[in-house]
Amino acid sequence: MSDLHTVNKSPFEKNSLESCLRLSKSGSAILLYEDGVYGALKGTAVENMIASVVGDRKIYVLGPDYKARGLDETRIIDGVEVVDYAGFVDLVEANDKVQAWV
Amino acid sequence: MSDTKNFMFLNRRAPYGTIYAWESLEVVLIAAAFEQNVSLMFVDDGVYELTKGQDTTGIGMKNFSPTYRTLGDYEVRHMYVDKASLEARGLSADDLVQVEWEDWETEESVDNIVEVVDSDRVAELLDESDVVFSF
Amino acid sequence: MKFSIQVNEGPYQHQASDSAYQFTKAALEKGHECFRIFFYHDGVLNGTRLTTPPQDDRNIVKNWTELAEKYDLDLVVCVAAAQRRGIVDDGEAERNGKDATNIAPKFRISGLGQLVEAAIQSDRLVVFGD
Repeated sequence: MSDLHTVNKSPFEKNSLESCLRLSKSGSAILLYEDGVYGALKGTAVENMIASVVGDRKIYVLGPDYKARGLDETRIIDGVEVVDYAGFVDLVEANDKVQAWV
Repeated sequence: MSDTKNFMFLNRRAPYGTIYAWESLEVVLIAAAFEQNVSLMFVDDGVYELTKGQDTTGIGMKNFSPTYRTLGDYEVRHMYVDKASLEARGLSADDLVQVEWEDWETEESVDNIVEVVDSDRVAELLDESDVVFSF
Repeated sequence: MKFSIQVNEGPYQHQASDSAYQFTKAALEKGHECFRIFFYHDGVLNGTRLTTPPQDDRNIVKNWTELAEKYDLDLVVCVAAAQRRGIVDDGEAERNGKDATNIAPKFRISGLGQLVEAAIQSDRLVVFGD
């Protein structure tokens, strides 16, 4: 079993995503929500942070936060899965515990 | 409540600029009183919480730095510092406070429970905990 | 499954309380139990009934109260954090000689032990913060 990590900060504002990626184990799940969703976008200067770990970690992005910010689903990095709040709940249930990188 | 869990307090904030470090320390003290296995992890700006020589006389705020040095008395057994965060800030273990620990019953003691660990070990320690508190 | 939720930020300034509310609501609708919602740091500001947002904005405090009424939730505001930030119930007003209270319906003020107990008793602790 592994953990769910949550990241709610834009990777352009704070190093939460960077620290989460460095300090989370292979096979763990990472949910990007609130301003964290910006880390899931293609074509940004930090795209490689997520693109390079897809496959090693399971990356999720919270759809309601993504849509609220006017972002188009076609811009999500390949391999990143969109979930809603019910999916967020399922991820919390399916993993051992939650590590919040607030 | 007979359950004992491994609690990990993940500290990623510098002291004084915001209240997170101080109020999370208050939770640590309470958790220890509940006889849980309490460990602290200092990552990113959280390593600044442990620097020596803090003096708040000029800013009118309470200096809570001495409280960290008493954590051993609250039966906190482990305080881990992320090596990469420390080095990125030009700091070393010598810049941090030392925290003594002693078991009053067995008289077993440790001079300093503050331990600098690498990224893989941080990931393992977080993974092995039952609950991670983030503030 | 038994969840507990920690909310570290006040309403409106950060999305944390909204996210925590949406998560809690989704968890309850899926049939999970929420053992306790614990409000800490500026999160205690979610517990004032004096909040008056504009009519076209959501009322976060009322949302929490109504969710708590529907599912009989335990909404706990940390006493130490509440005293610092002026969240007051009858007991606190009496103890500290305050001339008013502002605690919202279904919220109660209690100690940090409630957070520790929630973490011990629950299968998962989910933290929402800045």
